[in-house]
Amino acid sequence: MMAGSSMFDLTLAQARAALRARKISAADLTNAYLGAIEALNPELNAYITVTPELARAQAAAADAALARGEHAPLTGIPLAIKDLFCTEGVRTTAGSRILSNFVPPYESTVSGNLLRDGAVFLGKANLDEFAMGSSNMTSAYGAVTNPWSQPGGNARLVPGGSSGGSAAAVAARLALGATATDTGGSIRQPASFCGLAGIKPTYGRCSRWGVVAFASSLDQAGPIARNAEDCAILLGSMAGHDPKDSTSADVAVPDFAAACARGVRGLRIGVPREYRMDGMPPEIEALWQRGLGWLRAEGAEIVDVSLPHTKYGLATYYIVAPAEASSNLARYDGVRFGLREAGADLTELYEATRASGFGAEVKRRILIGTYVLSAGYYDAYYLRAQKVRALILQDFTRAFHDVDALVTPTTPSAAFAQGEKMDDPIKMYLNDVFTVPANMAGVPGMSIPAGLDDAGLPLGLQVLGRPFDEQTVFAVAATLERAAGFTALPSMRAGVRA
Amino acid sequence: MALDPATIHRIAKLARIRIEDWQAAQLEQELNGILGWIEQLNEVDVEGVEPLTGGAQMAMKMRDDVVTDGNIRDLVLANAPEREGVFYAVPKVVE
Repeated sequence: MMAGSSMFDLTLAQARAALRARKISAADLTNAYLGAIEALNPELNAYITVTPELARAQAAAADAALARGEHAPLTGIPLAIKDLFCTEGVRTTAGSRILSNFVPPYESTVSGNLLRDGAVFLGKANLDEFAMGSSNMTSAYGAVTNPWSQPGGNARLVPGGSSGGSAAAVAARLALGATATDTGGSIRQPASFCGLAGIKPTYGRCSRWGVVAFASSLDQAGPIARNAEDCAILLGSMAGHDPKDSTSADVAVPDFAAACARGVRGLRIGVPREYRMDGMPPEIEALWQRGLGWLRAEGAEIVDVSLPHTKYGLATYYIVAPAEASSNLARYDGVRFGLREAGADLTELYEATRASGFGAEVKRRILIGTYVLSAGYYDAYYLRAQKVRALILQDFTRAFHDVDALVTPTTPSAAFAQGEKMDDPIKMYLNDVFTVPANMAGVPGMSIPAGLDDAGLPLGLQVLGRPFDEQTVFAVAATLERAAGFTALPSMRAGVRA
Repeated sequence: MALDPATIHRIAKLARIRIEDWQAAQLEQELNGILGWIEQLNEVDVEGVEPLTGGAQMAMKMRDDVVTDGNIRDLVLANAPEREGVFYAVPKVVE
């Protein structure tokens, strides 16, 4: 039997091997993680809901299966599920007050796929309200604290968003991996801020069925985990065609984990010159150059490319995403599920329910979306944005004629302090400048931890690939990971302070 | 195109979100900031460009038009904030 702290040192792949070899039991592993959650979640607020009884029952079932010599890809692996995935019989809030009492009678396809493959669910991870945010500050269930902090500094840092609870949980070792979703960077930015790996797969790779909708043409589920291989294992289970989502792709799920070992020899890696932004910290530029050097040393050819419409990605996003959100969130009306506030008539009931149920950022986006779709403004805003979106896709399509993948920084800065950038929505939106274009184009993107900044905080590099070529993305990301040898850990984590 | 308080109230009405006058003043500033920033898209030459409506570069699949689910009335109603028997209850709509 393993001592408590070393159990937390196992990656998902290592824990899986130890479970299969019966060196550890799923019950011990799950209990260790539940204990860590009990000790650290009050400080981090990474989970909105913890489900210990359910987790222990699933762990017991996993141990029974392992005792029979049976194992599925994730048998006995304890995970955090972003509270945007509907989980049957377990409250699902989307980080919003309007869903504070919503208990789904069904399981999302992605979380169902993980259960099919034997996973143990520890609980529901905190997030920005309806996944709208880049700091996890907009959750109705309180901010999440990044387990990383500046050595010697007192400031509590944000974990990024919207999948901030997922990232904080994995970084602090309150889960072996987590589900997340990415509409404009919500997997990659928190992964980068927390020193983790995270992949937004190609649009259509994972089913959106049962995931609370934000912007349906951009939303895509993916994993956040400690390294590329763990992400590959999780994505292998999460992905797959689902007849219940008409945008789910009917394509085979390849062996992502095997792709991590491929290397980059002979690959052409593009460096989009438009990602070299004014005012970007020199250490991020230096990290980027270092990453390109590692790939060159491993036999890749580094090629300068142009994505001329990059600078318009964010403005396009802030038309398309709010427009789709205003439509998707129309369903929260206080009648069929969720919060209801009383009103003298039906209209007052709607208006009072939505005024009290939605937070400030969600209201801002619904109002922007309503405006850009309203009569007389549709062509000027929404139609124009869809045309610019087509040009952004065309940029990527042309670049991928010439190169196999693109490598860029994930974010223009490391994690910032809680409360920073809150006075100006646009400043907050600029966090996603490097991640949004991949959502606009539907291409896969992964963040991999590549180093620390001068203040001792993690920074990520982003790998973008062709649609449905996550294997190349994993090959490049895993090569960067091996070269970077990123072993730094946050000061607040299970096994240290638990 | 700047939004004035009357327009803010009109949009909020369309979105069925009650807002107070003090909120309208704050929203006017925030939304005009965002819309002003979005104006940069006017620089882009979109002449002859077909709008991109979806995230997937693939044709939608057809499926058989058959019932695949149902008979779960109680599950559907389980989260209703207010019920009258097997119906959702709302304030009276028709006099």
